Amino acid sequence: MPWNLTSDRPIFMQIIEIIQLEIISGKYRPGDKLPSVRDLASEAAVNPNTMQKALSELERSGLVYSQRTSGRFITEDVKMIEELKSSLAKEKIHEFLENMQKLGFQKEETIRLMTETLKGEEL
Amino acid sequence: MSTILECKNLSKAYGNKTALSHIDLALESGHIIGLLGPNGSGKTTLIKLINGLLTPSEGELYIDQNPVGIESKKIVSYLPDHTYLESNLKVREIIDYFKDFYDDFDEIRAYDMLAKLQINPSDKLKTMSKGTKEKVQLILIMSRRAKLYVLDEPIAGVDPAARDYILDIILSNYDEDATILISTHLIADIENILDEVIFIKNGQIELTSSVDEIRESQGKSVDALFREVFKC
Repeated sequence: MPWNLTSDRPIFMQIIEIIQLEIISGKYRPGDKLPSVRDLASEAAVNPNTMQKALSELERSGLVYSQRTSGRFITEDVKMIEELKSSLAKEKIHEFLENMQKLGFQKEETIRLMTETLKGEEL
Repeated sequence: MSTILECKNLSKAYGNKTALSHIDLALESGHIIGLLGPNGSGKTTLIKLINGLLTPSEGELYIDQNPVGIESKKIVSYLPDHTYLESNLKVREIIDYFKDFYDDFDEIRAYDMLAKLQINPSDKLKTMSKGTKEKVQLILIMSRRAKLYVLDEPIAGVDPAARDYILDIILSNYDEDATILISTHLIADIENILDEVIFIKNGQIELTSSVDEIRESQGKSVDALFREVFKC
């Protein structure tokens, strides 16, 4: 099944985000080996050069490291994964707040509405 | 990285009708490149020149430093837009032909792919659906260990689900330093597997760019940009 990629943003950036998410969500665990570039490209239905570029970028950020002969692995630095997780969470929250502002809700109202909604779900 | 294909001031006219006009182009090895343009823009003319089925009216064309000829045909694997295979033959017999014809034909690879797509090598071509025939042809073409693959409209005749298969055949069967030139107008379907695109319009190169560059600088897909550039 090809990965769900949108058509208006560079493909390698979307691949980076998808792999980041898979690391955060625990599909890949710290120290896990990543499939080969070719297999990942085939799975995602993208050009192997694009996949290569995305993985190099992930390597540069330290989230993934490569061992010359045996392939690419997820970092064992759990702290780094946690940091990525919270920074992505903050990004999502900012996005959400911006969208709410577009709907005309100020921050206090948004928080009140969220609390109400959560209470509603608990019932 | 080296240049696998080079056009210098290449032109082709049919009588007084110009099909290609003063094209300069260089393709790097190791890339998958989309040759995109509307009907009648010169895509197939360029492809036929690359394969020596037409001769240039003007200019030069080199493949891996050689002019088009016996040497270039050894390293170029070509999927034409029409079938040329005898429909009375079984797939197995066609594979034998290819083995005789091309030193670089990898028989094992061909049978592997047929098995993967559940195509029976003992079936005759004429008993197959259009989509299956196209798959068989592409398998034959991609089973050569060529340096340059030239695919003229490889996905035009098949349904969207089969297109994914075809793209998978292409992706999983080319060597990393080989180049694939794909002509098509079904851009959205193949956009994700391309490194670069060439827009061709009225026999001239309108644009060459990497796919990610287009998305980054324009904020839109190649498909959307194509629709804009070629708006009637």
